[in-house]
Amino acid sequence: MFKNLMSWIEYRLPFMDKMNLHVMQYPAPKNFNFWYFFGSLAMLVLVNQIVTGIWLTMNYEPSAEGAFASIEYIMRDVDYGWLLRYMHSTGASAFFVVVYLHMLRGMMYGSYQKPRELLWIFGMLIFLVLMAEAFMGYLLPWGQMSFWGAQVIIGIFGTIPFIGEDLTLWIRGDYVISGATLNRFFALHVIALPLVLVILVFLHIMALHEVGSNNPDGIDIKKDNDGTVELTEADKKFTFHQYFTRGGKKVIVDAIPFHPYYTVKDLVGVAGFLLIFAWVIFFFPEGGGYFLEPPNFEAANPLKTPDHIAPVWYFTPFYAILRAIPHPFMGAVAMFAAIVALALLPWLDRGKVRSVRYRSGIHRVNLINFCVSFVALGVLGVLPAEGLYTLLAQIFSFTYFGFFVLLFFYSKNENTKPLPVRVT
Amino acid sequence: MMKTLLSAVALLASSLAMAAGSNIPLDKAPIDLTDKASLQNGARLFQNYCLGCHQMQYQRYSRTFADLDIPEELGMEHLMFTGEKVGDHITNNMSAKDGEKWFGATPPDLTNVARVRGANWLYTYLRAFYADDSRPFGVNNDVFPLVGMPHVLQELQGVPYKAYETRLVDGQPKQVYVGFKTDGSGELSAEEYDRAVLDLVNYMVYVGEPTRLEARALGYKVMIFLLIFFVLAYFLKKEYWKDVH
Repeated sequence: MFKNLMSWIEYRLPFMDKMNLHVMQYPAPKNFNFWYFFGSLAMLVLVNQIVTGIWLTMNYEPSAEGAFASIEYIMRDVDYGWLLRYMHSTGASAFFVVVYLHMLRGMMYGSYQKPRELLWIFGMLIFLVLMAEAFMGYLLPWGQMSFWGAQVIIGIFGTIPFIGEDLTLWIRGDYVISGATLNRFFALHVIALPLVLVILVFLHIMALHEVGSNNPDGIDIKKDNDGTVELTEADKKFTFHQYFTRGGKKVIVDAIPFHPYYTVKDLVGVAGFLLIFAWVIFFFPEGGGYFLEPPNFEAANPLKTPDHIAPVWYFTPFYAILRAIPHPFMGAVAMFAAIVALALLPWLDRGKVRSVRYRSGIHRVNLINFCVSFVALGVLGVLPAEGLYTLLAQIFSFTYFGFFVLLFFYSKNENTKPLPVRVT
Repeated sequence: MMKTLLSAVALLASSLAMAAGSNIPLDKAPIDLTDKASLQNGARLFQNYCLGCHQMQYQRYSRTFADLDIPEELGMEHLMFTGEKVGDHITNNMSAKDGEKWFGATPPDLTNVARVRGANWLYTYLRAFYADDSRPFGVNNDVFPLVGMPHVLQELQGVPYKAYETRLVDGQPKQVYVGFKTDGSGELSAEEYDRAVLDLVNYMVYVGEPTRLEARALGYKVMIFLLIFFVLAYFLKKEYWKDVH
């Protein structure tokens, strides 16, 4: 009876077949390391944000008069409201932590290289939407930093020649940041952007499964079935979906089914992540003033500018680039270029070898340069833009863009190490 | 290279700490949220000395009473003065406009002040008033120069002033600032006053995040659960991956 029902459904909607394709018989390279946890963790945090977000909206009031008080109501009067709010606010920071590490993984192992360019582009789009989502969410508590941080960031659009002024008016829906701005940011934050985000994540994963997962060695695990590939005992142990073998035209080596092997492995990653996540949520939810900034515990006051306005930490690397350039509009262009440069990586990197393990020494140094520049800019973005800090921000902006320029030139004829035939 | 990097980070971190504070070194407030007697005294001080001008408009009386083990009848009798209901927020009847007219700025709401300023700031600030005839209320403050607030705890502390002593500096007698002294007109000794201020700050820290203790208690349980979950997940992974290795 049950079997009949299942086959009736399967005939009309091949659910089990799709589950096999994407989960039970999806070939994942067997050599994923620590860095491969962050994709699944990003998914976990996304779910966390959506679920806690839904519950927060049940008591949040999106109006300039009521927003701040409703947050305090959630923190004090709603059962476990404080927990929902801390999970959501800490989750926002955690999202950027795991996404930045996920992106670094892609850069280390060349996961953006052919044929994974589109996958990388979807990832970059997710990153952009995530930044918009985080920015709009940060206005909702209607605290001092919400208000003045938004003022600064919307002001960036105002630097665009000719249309800037009108553009900021259009974004705010008012001449100043007001209840109208709050309302539209609320709508975008809880409906529009999450919807786009989920769709992009779906496309990201579909694109991933089409081209297959990269791995720390950066070599293909799907080989042409020309009779030269020697299969080991381990290779013969698992069955993969026929879609991936292209009807026998490909053989898959050194792979294991995503489920159960990587589901149980990711579970360890989830447990490890949750240990740190819960530690922050329960013991220092302000994150040292970086996850929840102290001025934001004060209601927004358009007449009182805080002494020092800094965007939330995850924006600061780009904010530092913006401020490093003396000209406001050129600063905004540089900031945008910093993100575009990342999106163009598949084409800026002309190398044929993916993984840093087998690339040249100069690439290693360059990659370290990128990480140092990014972190340094992040720190500088928190500090006031004066004297030495501005100079340092300029230097690190230069080295940040230098990474891409250097990469473009040396990657063409790079002195790489020989690739292994099979993953190590 | 690593060393230079580390020292650069340390440099940045220290300047970060500088940027956040005022130029007066802040005294550390030994906050203890489990000290109910201290919190109760803090609530009493707040109701008597602060509430006239400062509200805690997001905190309810009933919440304070419940968390501080104050029986409702006692609380209503001793801590509520103007006939509010126990479920009401801790507010006063001073309008923002009047506040601005009288003090130059509307006295801020104090529900979250400990989260905005930090406990150490409050603890130091409330002990940093000193007599200054040039100010409208006769007092100035070292932590918040030219503050518009009068020294409301003066009847407890007495009139504080900045004390100078003549000392030899490089062989020359000079007037050296040696700290605050009071004229002795206060109800409390210097130690008692510090203790009272600490109780008050303790209470403001509590009100800033009334769920702190609950979060901590739940946090330990969650951490223990997650540790067990981590170990189980680790062995589950190991068991499955026997096939792979």
